[in-house]
Order: sequence, then structure tokens, then C-alpha cells
Amino acid sequence: MTSSSGSATFVNIGERTNVTGSARFKKLILNDDFEAALDVARQQVENGAQIIDVNMDEAMLDSEAAMTRFLNLIATEPDISRVPLMIDSSKWSVIEAGLKCVQGKSVVNSISLKEGEEPFFEQARKLKRYGAAVVVMAFDQDGQADTADRKVEICTRSYKLLTEEIGFPPEDIIFDPNIFAVATGIEEHNSYALDFIEATRRIKETLPHCHVSGGVSNISFSFRGNEPIREAMHSVFLYHAINAGMDMGIVNAGQLAVYADIPEALKERVEDVILNRRPDATDRLLEIADEYRGEGKKRVVDLSWREKPVNERLSHALVNGTTDFIIEDTEEARTHTKRPLDVIEGPLMDGMNIVGDLFGSGKMFLPQVVKSARVMKKAVAHLIPYIEEEKANNPDSDTGSKGKIVLATVKGDVHDIGKNIVGVVLQCNNFDIVDLGVMVPCEKILETVKAENADIIGLSGLITPSLDEMVYVGSEMKRQGFDIPLLIGGATTSKVHTAVKIEPKYDGATVYVTDASRAVGVASSLLSANQKDAFISSVKTDYEKVRDTHERGQSKKTRLAYKDAKANGFKIDWASYESHQPETPGLTNFDDYDLAELTACIDWSPFFSTWELRGTYPDILSDPRVGESARSLYNDAQAMLQRIIGEKWLTAKAVVGLWPANSVGDDIEVYADTTGKIVLQTFHTLRQQMPRQGRDRANFALSDFVAPKDSGHVDTIGAFVVTAGLGIDEHVQAFEDAHDDYNSILLKALADRLAEAFAERMHQRIRTELWGYAPDEDLNNEDLIREQYQGIRPAPGYPASPDHTEKGLLWDLLDAERHTGVSLTESYAMWPASSVSGLYFGHPDSRYFGVGKIEQDQVVDYAKRKGSDVKTMERWLSPNLNYDPDDEK
Amino acid sequence: MTSSREDRRAQLVAAIESRILVLDGAMGTMIQSYNFDEADFRGERFKDWSQDLRGNNDLLCLTQPEILSEIHRAYLDAGADILETNTFSSTSIAQADYGLEDYARELNLESARSARQVCDIVTSENPKKPRFVAGTLGPTNRTASISPDVNDPGKRNTCFDELRVAYQEAVEGLVEGGVDLILVETIFDTLNAKAALFAIEDVFESIGDQLPVMISGTITDQSGRTLSGQTAEAFWNSVRHVAPFTTGLNCALGAEQLRPYVSEISRVADTYVCTYPNAGLPNEFGEYDQSPEEMAALIGGWADDGLVNAVGGCCGTTPDHIRAIANAVTGKTPRAIPAVDRKLRLSGLEPFALAS
Repeated sequence: MTSSSGSATFVNIGERTNVTGSARFKKLILNDDFEAALDVARQQVENGAQIIDVNMDEAMLDSEAAMTRFLNLIATEPDISRVPLMIDSSKWSVIEAGLKCVQGKSVVNSISLKEGEEPFFEQARKLKRYGAAVVVMAFDQDGQADTADRKVEICTRSYKLLTEEIGFPPEDIIFDPNIFAVATGIEEHNSYALDFIEATRRIKETLPHCHVSGGVSNISFSFRGNEPIREAMHSVFLYHAINAGMDMGIVNAGQLAVYADIPEALKERVEDVILNRRPDATDRLLEIADEYRGEGKKRVVDLSWREKPVNERLSHALVNGTTDFIIEDTEEARTHTKRPLDVIEGPLMDGMNIVGDLFGSGKMFLPQVVKSARVMKKAVAHLIPYIEEEKANNPDSDTGSKGKIVLATVKGDVHDIGKNIVGVVLQCNNFDIVDLGVMVPCEKILETVKAENADIIGLSGLITPSLDEMVYVGSEMKRQGFDIPLLIGGATTSKVHTAVKIEPKYDGATVYVTDASRAVGVASSLLSANQKDAFISSVKTDYEKVRDTHERGQSKKTRLAYKDAKANGFKIDWASYESHQPETPGLTNFDDYDLAELTACIDWSPFFSTWELRGTYPDILSDPRVGESARSLYNDAQAMLQRIIGEKWLTAKAVVGLWPANSVGDDIEVYADTTGKIVLQTFHTLRQQMPRQGRDRANFALSDFVAPKDSGHVDTIGAFVVTAGLGIDEHVQAFEDAHDDYNSILLKALADRLAEAFAERMHQRIRTELWGYAPDEDLNNEDLIREQYQGIRPAPGYPASPDHTEKGLLWDLLDAERHTGVSLTESYAMWPASSVSGLYFGHPDSRYFGVGKIEQDQVVDYAKRKGSDVKTMERWLSPNLNYDPDDEK
Repeated sequence: MTSSREDRRAQLVAAIESRILVLDGAMGTMIQSYNFDEADFRGERFKDWSQDLRGNNDLLCLTQPEILSEIHRAYLDAGADILETNTFSSTSIAQADYGLEDYARELNLESARSARQVCDIVTSENPKKPRFVAGTLGPTNRTASISPDVNDPGKRNTCFDELRVAYQEAVEGLVEGGVDLILVETIFDTLNAKAALFAIEDVFESIGDQLPVMISGTITDQSGRTLSGQTAEAFWNSVRHVAPFTTGLNCALGAEQLRPYVSEISRVADTYVCTYPNAGLPNEFGEYDQSPEEMAALIGGWADDGLVNAVGGCCGTTPDHIRAIANAVTGKTPRAIPAVDRKLRLSGLEPFALAS
């Protein structure tokens, strides 16, 4: 307890009045039940909270207004307001709104060097003026500190800046050196508790008068659902952290085990985990975790398969994708065989062959295969030291590999989920994979192939400019005299493109691979001495046919003259149309968007298709064929989403803008203001040239949806860039280091879904708030996915706007790289890959369409409008050309 | 003779280190004795003003400036070291009652000039006893943390930003008028005071100078709390971030009732303590009838016990009270500022401390 004369030694900060941490409190606030919300605050004070944390960071709320209202109400409740408040928000505006309501001296949670020194100083100076203490997160521009050294380094730097540069009182600084989850199964995470404890000790030793706090429940996140274990972990962690100098903590004071009361057997295993005392600490705690789960909820695990011989146990583990015992089983198998390689070639490959057969016969699906691969990888990783030892003794021994394949996403492209899946599946089938990653230049691919003496090259790409890069790689391979097979894959690639554009450039075998499940068959055939020739010649014959068909098809596709297509553009009656003036014109930034809000907007169907599970969500979950696999994948996805949000793996940022605009011919001019005098940017649109007639049979261009300049009517256009991929690399790397491709791919696929959900949600906010032309729109997620709303958001590089280079103009207009951290590669791919960009059109008649193939007359005009040359534009638009630019006309 | 603000600041620090300083007494009590009528308040300038102006004491700096000078002079002659400007209600918020919100800046400027002028004259007559002007910021007639409506506890009739803007304008006028200190007084809602302190620091930043700040809270009754519910120490924790020149209490209670809270502040505040009580508690007619001698004896007792660095009078006090108080503290040792441990000190209604 505190009083005027005494002072506290460890301060419990009440955590229940936090919408991000308490579902109950969130519900009360969202339902406007502030009475009951006050009771939550009162109970916390009654239960001994010495400070109460108030957080209103919920996207469905006007957080500033909710913070103001709740704090004003607390001010009138003496049994609550007797304790100080912690004003908690990731938004500075909410923090300031809170500070303006409290007569006492509060703590602000939090500021950091995340965005650099300038905002840090500005916020700290303001806090000094408001008279508030501050929580400083161990976060800088390189990210959140995880190791003890980084934590201490950032806190020390923050301390020096605060105390020396602006005279912030050191006793008013509370460091939060980041408590992260331990026992996650990822080796790097094992030391997180120790890192925190060690950092706390050093911070308290070297930075006089400051304090250390943290969110304690994070530590046990991986045991959610098992409260007794969590409480024991909290208690043990606090015991050691407090000894090291931690003096505040956000905890649920009513639910904390007493250190001395924890059963010895449990305490020892929890302590092993917290203090990272042995490598198998997590497994050992898991072993006994269920015993403490509490009455009636014991999970029954069928371990009868453990009775079987070791080879069958390995098969079982592979088929079921379980890694629980794989190391000990692999080790046991190794002691039974002559050479470590025998384990791989024997029981492990036997198990993988079963997996391959089940997969090939459609009885098993990709997510399970990738999980099986994870088991395989862990087993192989265990054996590698023994294999290398053997190799050192006997250099000529056979590695047993079926062949070596170099995989790369080509220069300018950043998409790699599909490529990674192919890599995993091939590895499962005993191919050696050299994965060069993304944005790999041709030279590097070919150098690696030579250096590694590889047997096959696999190229991947998702955006259309990658097609050209693949053609280039093919022609370079020919020039440099390669003859090994070239595999082509990725969402934008096709058999036609491979046959028409790539194969003729290269003399070696060139094969388009539809999906991961085909990759093994193709690679095996290409490297098999007896099948190889037959396979290659059948592909060649097939591709010749494809070329012929394509040739004949081409000549049939007549196109309108560009001027006639223009004359048949989509006509809107602008005289009777009143365009809605944006509620929030100009740029709007979203710096750290709430991921929890975005999960509600996820369109799950494409997520399943990434994993080659075909079907529509939610029906797919009960599909008789793939339902079980889909459910398991979906559960894993949900669990990971919780960690992505809870542990803030990803940061979502967006910039959107709304400006006055008019169309001028097929261009769209964006103006600084409604006078239209200053042109900020000019977007160029492409028009359909297929023969069509009538209003609904118009030749569309996006410019049709914006009022023409000569209509005398200034219209509005919007633009956006959203990303959900910031911070992903670190976690992908951690999974890959743990031989866990399954979770690595899962994370990437989820980040992609979050980015798409973000685009959907942002579009909704544009319609209802920022542009505000449909303030009363009330659509559920299914309606949103079916695009049952007014207006469209076409993205450059997609059918209505196939020219990727327009993204450059979009980026300039939005200053997008500065605002969102998303950059463009030389092929105009967005980096990080989990990003979406586009334009907003608000007219009720605006719709999606495909530009299709266009003629040279339009390309000449387009190049002129863009200030480019025809050759360059023909290269960028090559998938859309209705003619071969190499043919002399 | 006029000295620079820096010189006077050095003299002020030297003075408070060497002796217990004396503030002036009540302005309202003195004005009442002149029995001004509506026309006197209006003067020539506001004779056609649409609202009644009687009772708007702060307006007298424009309509009866010589009377203001007379009262200031009387307090200095009685031995006061520090004059308070007649600006208790000179914010746009408080003046809105009279429709005079547009005059707020001018009222502060002219009141400050008036006090400055009298001070400089008296200082030049006796340079060994320099006199100082404290620019007064009153609490306004609105509260940022108390609801005006018992049925709607979340409601407020003003807010931090509105107060901050009003105070900023007042401070600008006071500083331009030449005050030596800024006095935030009669604080019954600490949130109002925090808005004032925020505004003060904004002005200091814009003029590139820091004037000493005095902060004086009001314990409204024997519960020992401000109207907004804070204890004396909690109040101190809320305002100590501006490192004020003095802190303390004034108004509401007489010296006898105020003593335990003066003692509390004296123990916890690591700055000078300035306290100026009322002349006792009001009688059944709402008048203050504690005699100068009674009051001086109580305040002399504070000085004997080392509780104060500056004293003065609030409601009901007159030049006679101030003379008696000045005599009672003359020669007595000022309070030594206690060494206070560095701790994280927060507050709700009650104080909180956490050692490092």
C-alpha cells in the first residue's frame, strides 16, 4: 500500500479497463455501458490495483471521445479516482485527450524511439508540460528490442535523450523493455524472459532513479487456455524480475499464484522455462501442463503409436505432421543403422513416400504435406552433423539426393509463397533445394547454378513484368550455353506464355508447372535417365500445338481503331450528377492500424486457395473431401493471428488521399484544389478495344468514371497504399531457422490476407467517413467480399489498369514510401509484398472490367501521353498487346 | 527607478532566502469600503455597456485606476513585499459574465502596469526593500473536473483547452504589463490549474524567458481536500512538474483551520512555501471579523515552527492585518527547504510514491 509517508516496492497496475486486453470491458464500452465499465475500474481498485491502466484503442470507437468520457466519469467517482491513472494508447491524440481530463499526475503509456528522435522529443516535452510520468518502450527505428543488449541500448539512449536533452525527471521514466512469450517452440524465444530480467538488472544499475515495468501476461501466451500454468509462469517470472529491479507491472492482481505455493515439481519446470535452464524445458513443461489444467478439462492424447517400432513411429510422425518426439525417434533410428544417411533413405523417405502417395491420390492436402515437411526437416537437421562427420571421413559417400534445383523469384518481384511451397514439396521428395529468395537478378541465378552444379532451374513470379524477366533469363541461358531444364511457375505465368514467349528463346527443356503438386512429377521425370527424353519431347510437341493455337487465335481477335473505341466510351450523364465533396480531403495517414479490427474483414477463400485447397469459405470447412484439412489449417491460422496481434508481429500502415479531379481524354488529372489550376498528378488509363456497342457494351476506360474537365463539374478521385507486412521478416526468419516452413508460409499467407482485409476496410472507411458518400452503408463482411457497394478501387497491374508503371505516379502523389514504408521494385512490385494499392472511384456506375488486348494505335497514343516511348510501353504492356511488337508491320 | 526583470529576480531570490516575505491582503474587502455604485464601476468608457458591471472589481483598473493605485500603495506602506495584481477574474471565461470577454487581455495588461508603477515608486523610495508584482490568475468560475449537473456526472461546462487558451491570453497581458511573478491561486480544481500552468509554460517558451511561478491551492473545508477532492500532497504531486518558486494554500479557511495542511505542504514540498489565509471564518453575516492581532499571532506561530517562507492575507484582510503579520514574522527564520527523496510521485485524489 502507498501512503503519504511510505512508498510502494512493487506496483500492480490494473489491466482490466483496457479494450485491447479485456473482451468484457471492450463489449461494455462498445455498448455504451459506461456505468458497468466504471464498476470494472472500481473492482480493480478494490482488488488492490495501485494504478489503473485505461486503454480505448479500438477501431470501432472514437477513442478520443471514449477516453475523455470515461476519465471524466472516473473523476466523479472518488473510490476509483483516488488512485493515479495510466493513460494507455498507441495514438498520441488519445493520450493527449486523456491528459486533458485528469487533475492528478498520471502515467502515459507509452512513447518510444520507434519513429525516431523528433516525435519522441516532441511528445516528451509535451508530457513534461502536462505533468505526467511516462512509460518508454524499448523500441527504436530498427524495431522492438528482443535481446538484453538491445533492450539496454535503447533504454539507455532514451534515458540520455530525455534527461540530458530536455531535462525530463529520471524518476518519472518507466521503461518497458518488452516482455515476449517464451515456450513458443521457437528456440530464439527461449531466452526472452531471461533477456528481460537481465536487461532490467542492467537498466536499474546504470540508469539512476528510473523504473521498469512490463505486461506480464505476454510471457505465458503460448499456454493460453491453461490458467494454472500461466499463473505459475507469471509468479515465477515476477519473482525473478522483481529481484532484478522490476518495480511495476501490468498484471491481473486477483489471479497471481503465490510463488511459495507453487508445487515443487511444477515450479522447477516453470523455472527451467523462464530461466532457460535446459534446451528441452518447453517440452518438459508441456508434458506436465495438462495435469494442472484444472478439473475436467484434461485433454486426452492418444499415445498408443508410441508403442510401435521406431520406423513406424517415424512414419506416423511424418504422416500426422507431429514433431513432438521426432528428435528422439530419429536418434533411436540412427543408432540402429550403419550410416546416418540410412535413416533418411530408409524410414524417413518411406514415410515421405506415404505422404507423397496420399497427396498424389488426393487423400492428403498441401497444409498437411507442409507440416510433414517440417517433421522431415527437423529430423534431417538432427542427422546433418552426423552426416557431415561421415563425409569428412569418407568424402566420396553418396548424399542420396535426387538432384539439385535452384529456385528464385525473379528480379523486381517479391512474391514467394508459391515458390516456397514448391521448394518444400520438392525437398520432401529428396531434392536438394537452393532457394535464392526474392528479387534475384539473372546473373546471380546463373552464377549459382554453375557454382552449385545444379540440375534444374525454377523461376517464379507473380506480377506481369516478371514474365519479361523470365524471357530474359531464358535468352541469357541460351547465350551462355546452358542446357539444364528451366521450370516456370507463379500466378501470372501460364502454359501459353511459356510456350509462346519463353520456350522459343531457350534450347533446353522449358516447362510450365501449374502448382506444387505437379512439381515433383516434372522434376523427377526431367532427371530420370529413362523418362527424360520422352517427357521432354512430349512437352515440346505440346507447346508447339499451344503456339499454333495461339497464332490462329490471335489473327481472329479483331480490334476497334482506338478513336472508335474512344467514341464508344462509357457515357455518364454528368449534368444530373452531384459529386460528393470529401469529408476529409487531402492525405490521411494511419500509422499503426489495429490488426484485430482487420481480422474481421479477412476474405478467407483465397487463403485456402494459396494452400491449394479449392472451395469457398466457410463451406470449405465442412467439405467432405478437404474439410478436415481446411479446419486444421484454419485453426492454425486463427492461433497464429492471435499471436500476430497479441505479440505485435506485424505493423499495418496506410496512406489514403482524396482530391478534386477531372478526366481529360483518357487521362485523369488530379488537382490541388477545386479551382483545378494546379495539377498534382496525371494518371493514364487504357481503353478496351474489343468490338462492342451499346451503353452496357461500351469500350471502358477508368477515365470514363471521372467527370470530364469540359463538363464544368469538378469531380473527386482517391488513391491508397496499405500494408500489413511491416516487421514480417524477423518472424519468417525465426521460423525458417527452426526448419518450420509451415509456419513461415502460414505467416506470409496471413499477412497477405491482412493486407487485403486492410484494403477492404480502408475502402469502407473511405465510403462511409473520409469521402463519406455512403455514410449509412451497412454491409457485412460477405457483402463486402461480394463488392455490394458503390465505387471501385482498381489496382495498377490488374485487369482494369494493367500498366504497373502507374504505381510510380501513385507513390509520388501519396508520398507513399515515406508514409507507409512500402517501396517499389524496378518492376513496380510492392515491398513488403503484403501490400495493396490503387485508386478510388466513387461514381455509382463505376465498375471493374478487363482492358484485354489493345492495338498499337492506342499504345502510341498512351506512350505519348505518358511522355515515354513506344518501345518502352510495349515492354510494360506486353501481356496486353494484340500484336507482336517484334513483327515489322 | 526601474530595474530590469533579471535584476529584480535576483533581488527576489535574495529576499526570500534571507527572510519571510509578506504578500498583500484582500483587494475585494478594500474595494467594498469605497461603496462604488454602478456608475462608478462603468466609468466614462463603459457608461453605455449593455450589462450591469457593478461588482466587476477587475474592471476598476480601466474605470477607477487611481483607486487601485491607492489600495496597492496602502499595502506596500503596511510592509508587503509582493503585490498581487487585481486580476482574479480577468480571464475571458470569468469576464463573460459581464460580456467583457474581449477585454481580458487589456484588463491584465492595465492591472499589471498599475501594480508595477506603484511598486517601482515605493522601491525607489526605499531601495533596500525592493517590492515585487505577482500577476494573479484566478480559478475562473468554471471547473474542468466537476460536473455542473448532478444527473450527468460526465458533463463539463469547460475543458482544458478552453481554459488553457483563456489563461494564455491573461498571462500574455500580465507579462507585457511587467509582472515579476505569476501567481496561480485559489485553486479548487487542480485541472484548471494544470491548464493555467500549461499556458504559462507556453508563454514562457514564446517569450524565451521563465518568470518565477507561485501556486496556491485551496482546501475548502476541514476534510482537508480541494473542492475537486485532492489532498494537499496529491495536489502538490499534480503541480510540482513546473518546479514552482513557491507553493502553498490560500483562502477558504482561517489561519487556525489551515494549519495542519500548511504543515503537510511544508513537509512534502521541495520549494518555498507561501500561504495566505482568510481573516478567520466568515460570521453569520458573511463577514470576516478576525482582528489583525489574532491573525498575526497565528501566522507568527507558523513562522516560529518553520512552516513558511512567505505569508499574506486573503479574504477579509486589510492593510492593518498585513502590517501586523509583517511585524509578527520580522526577524523570524524562514523555513528551510527539506530534502525530498527522488521518487516517482503520482496522484489521483491521493498521493502515490514509488522509490527507485
